[in-house]
Amino acid sequence: MVEFRYRTDEVTEQPSVTLDAFLDQSNATAVRLEPDDDARALIPFLDRLTLIEVAFPKYRDGRGYSSARILREAGYTGELRAQGDVLVDQIAFMRRCGFDSFAPEASLNPEAIARALSTYDQFYQKAADAAVPVWKLRHG
Amino acid sequence: MYKYDHFDQSIVDARVAEFRDQVNRRIAGEITEDQFKPLRLMNGLYLQLHAYMLRVAIPYGTLDSRQMRMLAHIARKYDRDYGHFTTRQNIQYNWIKLEECPDLLAELATVEMHAIQTSGNCIRNISSDQYAGAAADEVADPRPWAELLRQWSTFHPEFSYLPRKFKIAVIASPEDRAAMRLHDIGLELVRHNGELGARVFVGGGMGRTPMIAPEINPFVKADDLLSYIEACLRVYNRYGRRDNIYKARIKILVHEIGADEYRRQVAEEFAHVKTLGIDPPLAELERISAFFAPPAFDAADVEPDRSDPDFAVWLDQNVKPHKQAGYAIVNISLKPIGGIPGDATSAQIDVMADLAEQYGFDELRVTHAQNIVLPHVAKRDLHAVWQALREADLANANLDLISDIIACPGLDYCSLANARSIPVAQKIATRFADMDRQRDLGELKLKISGCINACGHHHAGHIGILGVDRKGVENYQLTFGGSGAEDVSIGKIIGPGFDEDGVVDAVEKATEVYKTLREGDERFIDTYRRVGLEPFKEAIYG
Repeated sequence: MVEFRYRTDEVTEQPSVTLDAFLDQSNATAVRLEPDDDARALIPFLDRLTLIEVAFPKYRDGRGYSSARILREAGYTGELRAQGDVLVDQIAFMRRCGFDSFAPEASLNPEAIARALSTYDQFYQKAADAAVPVWKLRHG
Repeated sequence: MYKYDHFDQSIVDARVAEFRDQVNRRIAGEITEDQFKPLRLMNGLYLQLHAYMLRVAIPYGTLDSRQMRMLAHIARKYDRDYGHFTTRQNIQYNWIKLEECPDLLAELATVEMHAIQTSGNCIRNISSDQYAGAAADEVADPRPWAELLRQWSTFHPEFSYLPRKFKIAVIASPEDRAAMRLHDIGLELVRHNGELGARVFVGGGMGRTPMIAPEINPFVKADDLLSYIEACLRVYNRYGRRDNIYKARIKILVHEIGADEYRRQVAEEFAHVKTLGIDPPLAELERISAFFAPPAFDAADVEPDRSDPDFAVWLDQNVKPHKQAGYAIVNISLKPIGGIPGDATSAQIDVMADLAEQYGFDELRVTHAQNIVLPHVAKRDLHAVWQALREADLANANLDLISDIIACPGLDYCSLANARSIPVAQKIATRFADMDRQRDLGELKLKISGCINACGHHHAGHIGILGVDRKGVENYQLTFGGSGAEDVSIGKIIGPGFDEDGVVDAVEKATEVYKTLREGDERFIDTYRRVGLEPFKEAIYG
């Protein structure tokens, strides 16, 4: 279930299909990526996707962070959802990688999430969010 | 020395606040130990055999006297009056109370220090050459590049849950004092047609499957560096093995797909990443480099008076040539005979800080061999420095000799260890305590690990010792022929293992064989490489 969503558009009602199913059945608009799926396989179809769900079966498995960035770097603007073993202290990194909705398996405390997202206001790297990296602030 | 601006400071301060919140939630029981574990592990806090251990980052092993004094203060106030300098150029405190940890980190932050990413499956402290800025053979000071990488890697959102931990070293000399090719990524700064860039080596490491990193790119330009390293990491994050913790380091990926295929994948990823604008302008590297400008050297080139024989031995063994006439590099050995390698008391840490301030342009370095360096000491001050060190029991003249042992904490502290390392180090150092005997044996790098994870770098030891558990009994395997220097190699197990006293005897026999067979000024490892294992094996097992 989507617990936190940082978009204003309508939630996609269509259930997401697996990457293999999507590549076979070209009319789906929602797809689910497992950690070992290649996010780049979706690049030709980004225009008609409204939801990409990235699975985190274990929080330790960080492949989904790369999947998210690859999709945003390729210009995907639809909903990018992190689903699974998503914990409070990962949300800020996930936001920076381009995720804008979260469906954690175990319910999270909204106050804790708000705190986690406001802890840092400076970032060293350019990532998939709008944050301006420190080096750019230093040099304009 | 790099100095934080308000951006750097705000990030470290935010980290302290965040960790305080996490610790409070844990103490209040809002989160379980299981949930707390990944959080504390991102901040260098380990639960060891007897207590929490905190690892504090010393970026590229460089610090000033104010920071060094803070390390002493923390040892005094929060620990048992000593700290342990590590092979990652960091310091560890072994007896930390969880509830005091946030205050400790807040104190560290006041001197621009932290424990960020000193554990966890993320990019760890960047290590470098302890002689940076002082070595005659460097093409540039490697530390600005290390600082650039420190900032890029700090809280990197994509690379904080890698398959496994990730270690990067940066050097800038043909002589490798940082075991560069035994890192996940090793960078060697080089010049091509006057332009500074980096040779990139990927996939080295020790642990249970030691590997020497192959060269992946002969020259990456300064303004491509972060894009290129980001590409290296992204390929690893996506394709590194996650099915088996022992096969999860990048060395296994590079080995399994081959250096050529890895290079091809990185090149492809780099072509894409380079379009994203993630590289800071060269002005940022220049801004950082300005902090590492050479100090105002002005001492006359005078040779020290060698009439005190103990001082002369220390000069010959622990003092190295500096690129600036009139100056020298002073190595402070943290390996007293019978002591614990890498340990220093609060009082000793303060003495070293005072000496840096008074005689060394306020700079200190930590070495991967667990010693301390004063990189810029005027030759005219060497005698005064030596006298002060001697009073603090810090004038051991054994740099790179058989008693200058690297040892992991072992079963005395570590929850992963199978065997004790410290007592073996103490016994070997005691056996070879005689200074003339040690010096006669010359450079002999002996390294001890208490388990297969190889934190004591035994694979890179001219003589390596690996402690294993054999049916509940500590057993020690010997390896010969390793090196972490520019002649990098992995040691080979010589035969069946020994008990604690047996391994000390075997080491002694090996040194006897060397003394008999050596030619000219061959080191132990040179003789071993020339004659092979047989004569050693015969003497030890025959």
